Amino acid sequence: MRRLAFIAPVVVFLGIAVALFIGLGRDPKILPSMLIDKPLPAFDLPDARPGTVDRGLASTDFTGEPMLLNVFGSWCVSCRVEHPMLLRLSQEGVPVHGLNWKDPGDAGARWLADLGDPYSRIGYDPTGRTGIDLGVTGAPETFVIDKRGIVRYRHVGPITPDVWDETLAPLMARLRAEA
Amino acid sequence: MIAEVGHLALILAFVLALVQTVVLFWGAWRGDSAVMAMGRAAALLQLAFVALAFGCIAWGYASLDFSMLLVASHSNVDQPLAYRLAATWGSHEGSMVLWTLILALHGGALAVFGRSLRETFLARVMAVQGLLGAAFLGFSLFTSNPFQRLFPAPLQGAELNPLLQDPGLVTHPPLLYLGYVGFSTAFSFAIAALIEGRVDAAWARWVRPWVLAAWIALTLGISLGSHWAYYELGWGGWWFWDPVENASLMPWLLGTALLHSALVLEKRGALISWTLLLAILTFSLSLIGTFLVRSGVLTSVHAFAVDAARGSYVLAFTVLATGGGLALYAWRAPAMRTGALFGPVSKEAGITLNNLFLAAATATVFLGTFYPVFVDIMSDNAISVGPPYYNITFTPLILPLLLLVGFGPILHWKRDQWREVLGRLGWALALGALALVACLIAFGPGRVMAALGIGLGVWLIASSAVPLLRRWRLERRDWGTSGRLIRTTPLAIWAVALAHMGVGVTTVGVTAMSIFETNHVQRMAPGDTVQFAGRTITMDSLEPFVGPNYRADRAVFSVTGPLGAREMVSERRFYPNSQNQTTEAAIAGNVLGNLYISVGENDGIGHVTVRIWDHPFVGWIWGGAVLMALGGLVSLSDRRLRLGAPSRKMKETAA
Amino acid sequence: MKRLAALTTALSLMAGPALAVLPEEQLKDPALEARARDLSKEIRCVVCQNQTIDDSDAPLAADLRVIVRERLLAGDTDQEVIDYLVARYGTFVLLKPPVGVDTLVLWLGPLAAVLLGGVGVAFYWRSRARASTEAVRPLDNDEKARLAALLKETPPS
Repeated sequence: MRRLAFIAPVVVFLGIAVALFIGLGRDPKILPSMLIDKPLPAFDLPDARPGTVDRGLASTDFTGEPMLLNVFGSWCVSCRVEHPMLLRLSQEGVPVHGLNWKDPGDAGARWLADLGDPYSRIGYDPTGRTGIDLGVTGAPETFVIDKRGIVRYRHVGPITPDVWDETLAPLMARLRAEA
Repeated sequence: MIAEVGHLALILAFVLALVQTVVLFWGAWRGDSAVMAMGRAAALLQLAFVALAFGCIAWGYASLDFSMLLVASHSNVDQPLAYRLAATWGSHEGSMVLWTLILALHGGALAVFGRSLRETFLARVMAVQGLLGAAFLGFSLFTSNPFQRLFPAPLQGAELNPLLQDPGLVTHPPLLYLGYVGFSTAFSFAIAALIEGRVDAAWARWVRPWVLAAWIALTLGISLGSHWAYYELGWGGWWFWDPVENASLMPWLLGTALLHSALVLEKRGALISWTLLLAILTFSLSLIGTFLVRSGVLTSVHAFAVDAARGSYVLAFTVLATGGGLALYAWRAPAMRTGALFGPVSKEAGITLNNLFLAAATATVFLGTFYPVFVDIMSDNAISVGPPYYNITFTPLILPLLLLVGFGPILHWKRDQWREVLGRLGWALALGALALVACLIAFGPGRVMAALGIGLGVWLIASSAVPLLRRWRLERRDWGTSGRLIRTTPLAIWAVALAHMGVGVTTVGVTAMSIFETNHVQRMAPGDTVQFAGRTITMDSLEPFVGPNYRADRAVFSVTGPLGAREMVSERRFYPNSQNQTTEAAIAGNVLGNLYISVGENDGIGHVTVRIWDHPFVGWIWGGAVLMALGGLVSLSDRRLRLGAPSRKMKETAA
Repeated sequence: MKRLAALTTALSLMAGPALAVLPEEQLKDPALEARARDLSKEIRCVVCQNQTIDDSDAPLAADLRVIVRERLLAGDTDQEVIDYLVARYGTFVLLKPPVGVDTLVLWLGPLAAVLLGGVGVAFYWRSRARASTEAVRPLDNDEKARLAALLKETPPS
């Protein structure tokens, strides 16, 4: 019994150490999304681009096939880094919609006019409320939504070719094959 | 050139540390005095090289050698010299060398001042120190080399973060490290004792000055950090339960327990296994703290190097040192029994309870700090643990502890009686109870915590004076005798009174700030006036101002209150070199509290956001800590403690 | 450099006052505003390094401060406001961790530590007390005989 009391500290410590070793590999700043396996919260936003007709974004637009929802802003440096990738994806026929998050006025539209527009539909969210409903913490973030409008995955940060090849493309293929 | 010299010095120090370890363990095992002397020499030589490496880094900063990556990252031509030098430890790489320097300094001090220790024992203690030094030097050399070159060398460096350009930076890290690393000697002493299989009162006597010195440094370091955050960050906060703050609090709590446990061991030969365990765990917490700050495992405002590779190394080393120590403890400690008995009402019993609460408090802080990591690896969720948690769990553990602290010094060793104890402390208890009731009446029954806090603070201040007053026999009105008694009071008794009084003072400050702080925010333009906390505050002017490496909005306020009128200046600064914004708050006050004014964003049309706080008794928080440290220093200066070891005559008869 | 950037970002995000609420954000009703402040102190700013939304200057924190006040104006109870934010950002946003199966150890740990320690101390005292009474118990017959034998052997010195 007494021996037990002496052995306890080293055992407890080793348990803690194992936990910390495992914890080392993870990034504590990446929040899990609360929307996984849930339907998109309802929203209906006008288009950010002037002159286009009926190309705003609503939650009901996410149906029929798996789609990407990309949160971006003209103020966001990493979005600029990600942008060529999105253009490539839209050329390949991947459905990409955009959420113009916390961009005042037409800043987002002008940014797209400068750099190219990969989005089918864009939701204009200058106050950021829809972003908050989606649990967005920053840009860029990309949601993968299946053919029934259920959110299946969220990627935080820019979509790099590696991220696309290793994670998102296989996921999209799987979702397309689903019933 | 300097960088290469420094790098070489670091490599040599690493080799010497390994030599020190091997030679001393070998010498102790063989009982060979010559070999052990060689090991001690290696320790001193290691110290010299680490000091040289540290000097090279400092020289690089002083001479603005931008070909050194470290210097280029944290210093530039406009930065004042003091902060260039202090940047030596303002970065991860530099701070690790400071760690190692202090470790080597302790090793060197052991070599020089430990002569009166038993030779084989000293050898083992220094061998463990050498092993620790080698681990940290290896960490620097293999993962965090401070002497990396930058080609091509830029003409201007990046700036040390302006928040760090402050006298606080010069003193806060070295003090903290003196504390963290100081506990390494206690660790080494414990490991050596476990290896040898014996611990006695003499061991405790040797250990205590080292623990005391480390504890004093840590107390000052933590309170300095708190005070620095208070005035530097422009928001009047003084403790955030941030993981890195917790990392400094945990070794402090356990170190306090260690201090008292070693006292019992020295005076009565009891609590052997407790003291050994505490010695190992306190330093482990220092190591875990180092891991926390540099691994990215938890988000924190303090996080230094967010790097999993570095984190792995530190964690591996922590596991080896702590795990090894605890395993050794599990194996050897059960055989080291004590015969000393004590009754349930006694100083030993009081200290045992004291340690129980301190350990539970430490465990609570540990749980709160690391639980998010455990949840993260065990589930998909993520949780946060913040101040609300600690207020609910930590505070209820501290309150009984504070009550106990008042009893400790007045209890007799071995056996005491309740009634007599209460008799000695009667009036102090009455004062505390009176304060409690007065607060309940003044602030209402809803403010129970405030009443408890202040009541306990008053109790502590009064009870810490009791041993002194009893000694001086003032009730006899024999002033001559009393005068003599006052003059001849042993320093140790002054020390305990000061330290415990400090705890009471801090308690009052913490209670006042936690419960009675108020604030107000509004937009103001020059000429506007606001009434707050019994004072009238008028903004006199709002003008741009240019400093050595910053531009600022400078607001001047006239404040009139019950204690007269004064001028207060607050600036919102912008540092173009690093693109940083900081707020310099205006703080004015006295022993009863501070008025704290902070200007925020300029709206471009002549108004700024002005935030005003009333901080009652905030100075008592750090004043109490200074008293605690002072008590520790007085205790250290007591020659009976410092000479520590048995006299040479006794050593000869023992050998 | 990256590490310096991290430190710089962290510290500069901290450089704002811990009372980041702007005058125009504050509600007119003092009771409601007090509730908003208290709630804000328990909500974590998810893009900061360990700050509350009450303390942080970050834009997202400002948005969340405004949302807390909007929900309060709409008549939500404190718990409903919290649930609203948790539904969007998870329990990470709560500085007071939720009480649940996975946080049992967290919430009960401190109490358990004191109790376990107290039990340990009690056991320790018991065994000490038993040892002391053992030591002063009068000799039994065996021991008396051994004592007599020893005394006979050893000449008094």
